[in-house]
Amino acid sequence: MSFINPLKHAYLAMEAWLNIAFGSEWNPLYNIGRLSFFFFWVVLVSGLYLFIFFDTSLTGAYKSVEYMTNEQWYAAGVMRSLHRYASDAAIITILLHMFREFALGRYKSFRWFSWVTGVPTLWIVVTLGITGYWLVWDELALYVAMLSSQLIDSLPLISGSMARNFVGDQMSDRFFTLLAFLHLLGQPLFLIFALWLHVKRLSFVKIHAPKGLAIGSFIALLALSLASPAVSYKAADAAQVPAVLNLDWFYLNVYPLMDTFTAGQTWVITLSITVLLMLLPWLPPKKRQPAAVVHLDHCNGCEQCAEDCPYDAITVQARTDGAKFDHEVKVNPDLCASCGICVGSCPSSNPFRQKNKELVTGIDMPQMPINDIRNQMNKAISKLQGTSKIIVLGCDNALKFSGLESSNVQVVTLFCIGMMPTTLVEYALSNGADGVFITGCRTNDCFYRYGNVWMDERFDGERQPILRRRAERSRIKVFRASAMDASSLQKELSAFHWHLDILNNTKVKETARENSND
Amino acid sequence: MTKILRYSLQAFNYAIFMLVVWYFSFNLPYHQLEENEAVVTLSFTHATKLREACRKLSQKELMKLAPNMRLPTDCPRARSPMTLELYLDKKLLTKATVEPTGFHKDQGVNLFKRVKVQAGEHSLRVWMNDDVNIEGPTYSYEKNIVLKPEQQLLIDFNSGSGGFFVN
Repeated sequence: MSFINPLKHAYLAMEAWLNIAFGSEWNPLYNIGRLSFFFFWVVLVSGLYLFIFFDTSLTGAYKSVEYMTNEQWYAAGVMRSLHRYASDAAIITILLHMFREFALGRYKSFRWFSWVTGVPTLWIVVTLGITGYWLVWDELALYVAMLSSQLIDSLPLISGSMARNFVGDQMSDRFFTLLAFLHLLGQPLFLIFALWLHVKRLSFVKIHAPKGLAIGSFIALLALSLASPAVSYKAADAAQVPAVLNLDWFYLNVYPLMDTFTAGQTWVITLSITVLLMLLPWLPPKKRQPAAVVHLDHCNGCEQCAEDCPYDAITVQARTDGAKFDHEVKVNPDLCASCGICVGSCPSSNPFRQKNKELVTGIDMPQMPINDIRNQMNKAISKLQGTSKIIVLGCDNALKFSGLESSNVQVVTLFCIGMMPTTLVEYALSNGADGVFITGCRTNDCFYRYGNVWMDERFDGERQPILRRRAERSRIKVFRASAMDASSLQKELSAFHWHLDILNNTKVKETARENSND
Repeated sequence: MTKILRYSLQAFNYAIFMLVVWYFSFNLPYHQLEENEAVVTLSFTHATKLREACRKLSQKELMKLAPNMRLPTDCPRARSPMTLELYLDKKLLTKATVEPTGFHKDQGVNLFKRVKVQAGEHSLRVWMNDDVNIEGPTYSYEKNIVLKPEQQLLIDFNSGSGGFFVN
């Protein structure tokens, strides 16, 4: 068992628990990135409101925050609490997002870019929170300012002592102007850029949380803000050092390290952790699978693969081979995740084509060409015996199928369920299978982001290539699952056998009745 | 599952989430100081003495220089490191040796150091050497102090007004 398995199981168990309460549509863990964005929206709106009343002067900053907290508790006070708690909640969701990708192994190979850009994004969020604490200019702010400036002073090539500003009478209004600029504009701009970079290699990026989840989260934040409003410490006083501070551990966890370590050592510790996190995708390195290849002589330039690619790896360009079509597609191997979803998108991946020769499609995976899939399917069908013969079409990333095969059950696996051409289901049914049992990742949790969504849409006739009507829907069963659901798989499969038996018996009776009528 | 049960489960999960937010945001105390402790902070910037005095160049040395560079004296820019010791009730509390900043070590030294001490009455002594050409203290300061719990005593320095002073 690899090291990551217990983490993966723990995470999947947590997901399963939340599926019971929220359903897959609102499950916070399936929407963890979007939930982080939602908390940012709350922070932004509440922050803008607070800025109206905030006085960016040395003597005015604390007074204005106190006014908001005490005099206008019902509006600005609540906004302050929302600002704080939403910022804290965002750190939890960001950390959960990181944990999720790590536990589910979604940080290596082609995903390295999103992982590596995500780590500094977390630090930008943390520094944004830290400057927020400075603005209050209470005892906690002074503590944060003093230790932050010690960290800055310890950097090489920094001459002068910034920390000295916070022990004597060196402070001026200008400091607050600079700080307000940083917190309100400078750092948020960096954050927006970092977030853009983080999702740059993805298409169909969703940043808005599902309505129900957003409403529930907001009500929870509001309830906490009313029950335990954020308040300040005493005004900052350089002559006093409070013995006990209730730190915000989400943002200020670095500072207690400086009780034990020097500022330089604290930098080394935090930078080492950061670098280690950024290197994780290569520890150990994972071999990248070959990218999709385009066979222009079988591509009509329909662009469906470019439309479906979840990683923006396929672009459309003018035809280069002189064929009568206007466009062709081109794969960027650096961006390709080798998920094979494009194979499922291509109308040429139809196994009914080129029956007696090698099947070539418009876009294919060199390590598992569509011709091999058809051959696998033919072999699997030929092995089927007995009643209610089932072909299981499964993706590699949901369930493991070891021990599942029997005389009347054969398995054909794909990289992603989105790789499955809809005609492959039809092909199985028309060549001897009584039913097709399809398993893919849980709803909203596709390993390759949109494979199971596209499959659903193709089955529902909302996305090309659609599942044709001639494929008898009652003989197709879709089972969404994760590695946690192995026991349910057998139950679902048995139920499908039973269902097919009834269908077959009914069909036999109908045929017999028709024959007797004749 | 009934809607009521589903929403109740959701509420339970939101409550757990917000409990975590609330606890780590506001309710996990950090003890910066132990009971009855105060802080002595040394904080100042100071331009220490030059390491070497200006030297008059010989005629031979001058002739080796380009005509427009022939200044009669050579004044190395590098400054001395600063050594400092702080004693409380005759016990060494902290010591520091700080190099001048700048590529050529020609800028001032910066010192920022905080030391936790017991509150109460103390005799404080601090000395500094800022000249490599002199052995022993070039500045020293002594004072009896009374520190209250959670008080921060700032020891500052200004060579223009005689050296150390407390704030």
